[in-house]
Amino acid sequence: MASKILQKPEAFYKRYERNPSSDKKSPHYCPGCGHGNVHKFIAEALDDYNVADQTILISPVGCSVFAYYYFDTGNIQAAHGRAPAVATGIKRAHPHSIVISYQGDGDLAAIGTAEILHAANRGENITVFFVNNAIYGMTGGQMAPTTLVDQYSTTTPRGRNPHNEGYPIKVAELISQLEAPVYVERVSLHDTKNRNKARRAVRKALKNQIDNLGFSLVEILSPCTSGWKMDAVPSMKWIEENMVPQFPLGVFKDITDEVEPYERPEMDLSAQDIKKALGLEVVESESFEKPDFPNKYKNPEIKVAGFGGQGVLLLGAAMAQAGMLEDYHVSWLPSYGPEMRGGTANCHVNIRDIEVGSPMVTNPTVLIALNRPSLEKFENDVPEGGLIIYDTSLIDIEVKRTDVEVMPLPATKMADELGNTRTANMITLAAYAAYTGIFSKETLYETLNTAIKHKKFIDINKKAIDLGYEFGLKSKLS
Amino acid sequence: MEKKILDKPFVRVYPELCKGCELCIDACPPQVLKFHEKFNSKGYHYATYIGENCTGCGICYYACPEPEAIVVYKKGYEYEGEEVA
Ligand SMILES: Cc1ncc(C[n+]2csc(CCOP(=O)(O)OP(=O)(O)O)c2C)c(N)n1
Ligand code: SF4
Ligand code: SF4
Ligand code: SF4
Repeated sequence: MASKILQKPEAFYKRYERNPSSDKKSPHYCPGCGHGNVHKFIAEALDDYNVADQTILISPVGCSVFAYYYFDTGNIQAAHGRAPAVATGIKRAHPHSIVISYQGDGDLAAIGTAEILHAANRGENITVFFVNNAIYGMTGGQMAPTTLVDQYSTTTPRGRNPHNEGYPIKVAELISQLEAPVYVERVSLHDTKNRNKARRAVRKALKNQIDNLGFSLVEILSPCTSGWKMDAVPSMKWIEENMVPQFPLGVFKDITDEVEPYERPEMDLSAQDIKKALGLEVVESESFEKPDFPNKYKNPEIKVAGFGGQGVLLLGAAMAQAGMLEDYHVSWLPSYGPEMRGGTANCHVNIRDIEVGSPMVTNPTVLIALNRPSLEKFENDVPEGGLIIYDTSLIDIEVKRTDVEVMPLPATKMADELGNTRTANMITLAAYAAYTGIFSKETLYETLNTAIKHKKFIDINKKAIDLGYEFGLKSKLS
Repeated sequence: MEKKILDKPFVRVYPELCKGCELCIDACPPQVLKFHEKFNSKGYHYATYIGENCTGCGICYYACPEPEAIVVYKKGYEYEGEEVA
């Protein structure tokens, strides 16, 4: 039985607690903004198909960036234009989710042109709601790719001139030319009849995804009352008289009756499977005897810093690799300047018993400084009781902090004596492992198989590990 | 509490949730919505029901961009207490 009441859909939060504004009941949109109607249509359809709990809404950059304040679904906010790429990843990893890419015209048709075309061309089983308001709303009314010929915007103060800015991009037409998309329609919000069509299109586009039919896109002509400097009612007239002639309404493609549903199999994302796919040797995971590993060194948040070219990033990656071999949760986040060599480089590593929340390390409990600027820069970030390891062959100052543990390590000198300067990073890794007890020597040997690309360097790096490990054990006792 | 059944449609606009855009007023076929002479705390004249002849068609609900400014109760709606009044 049809409902006897029309009220706020359940797929919206009761209160918008995520909105920092003190008003938790009204969305942030301007009076008359079409985003509100589109949100309402989507929320209503999510209710009707009872899929809000399995839906992940990807919000764009633009006025609808805060869609996650409102929708009681899974939410991810993507970088400008990248919502279809994020949606692709989410849908592939979670084929049973309903994934919505919600985008404005600046987001979808300017900075994100490549992402939408390729997601459509791959026929991702996602639903795209494309709110075309012919302008950049959020940033104050600049020209969008969909701005009409002769339309005023702050960046086309004399009106859009095709000789300067080209013609409006017709997204529905473009997408419908591709092979894969199953359903492409352009609708409008300008009057009751068209709002009803828009509601139906929103439902159909979602249903297509639920039925595993493939890629659907609904372009919605929508008012931006602020950007157009117009009240809501005249905006509707403006859509009818100006937008609709340049953006004809209707179904541009619908092959939903012809296509076979395709259910993507769940991906096997196990480490073994990925190794196999990459052609890496699949070694049965061995569990090595753990050396003594005191609590104070557990769950380290590590920063490794030095010059580019010193193997800083590799050192961090090897740590994370070793952590994985011992079944920890790990993260590795490189951060470097534009120079491949000579510039500074650092990376952030987490090796944890439980899942890593943020890969960023701002206050490293372990700082590994491979050059003087790095020590100077990060020394004070280490919390009390932390550990600083620094390469005394390259750093001619001492650690000033007295409330931390320090291991001075002449890694580069030791590596030189071994016959290969570039093994300094593995010496450092091993010294850290032995000193704290986090990894056994066997784990480190094992790590070399993936960390060192050229097999001919494995032997010398093994020796480096022996040297570093011995040094670390000695430092621990002294 | 006693169950009541609504014998004619009813529309409610929550003054504080209305942004005064006029879309509902413009769209309502029998023109039974109008601006209230008062302002809400956001500074908008809010839409209000003139009190009779709503057909429960729901057009205003879909015209309104706000998620919960408007509630439309159709004929036959079951309720308790003073929910619809
Ligand atoms: C990488 C990047 N470039 C530019 C911007 C500035 N910016 C913010 S929103 C926006 C365009 C928004 O327009 P649209 O997608 O049409 O959404 P609307 O606000 O109209 O809903 C731009 C260019 C940004 N935030 N990030
Ligand atoms: S600026 Fe335009 S798109 Fe943004 S909220 Fe206001 S009316 Fe909507
Ligand atoms: S439900 Fe229909 S008749 Fe009643 S106020 Fe809304 S638009 Fe007017
Ligand atoms: S459409 Fe909604 S926000 Fe606009 S005047 Fe009517 S009730 Fe208020």
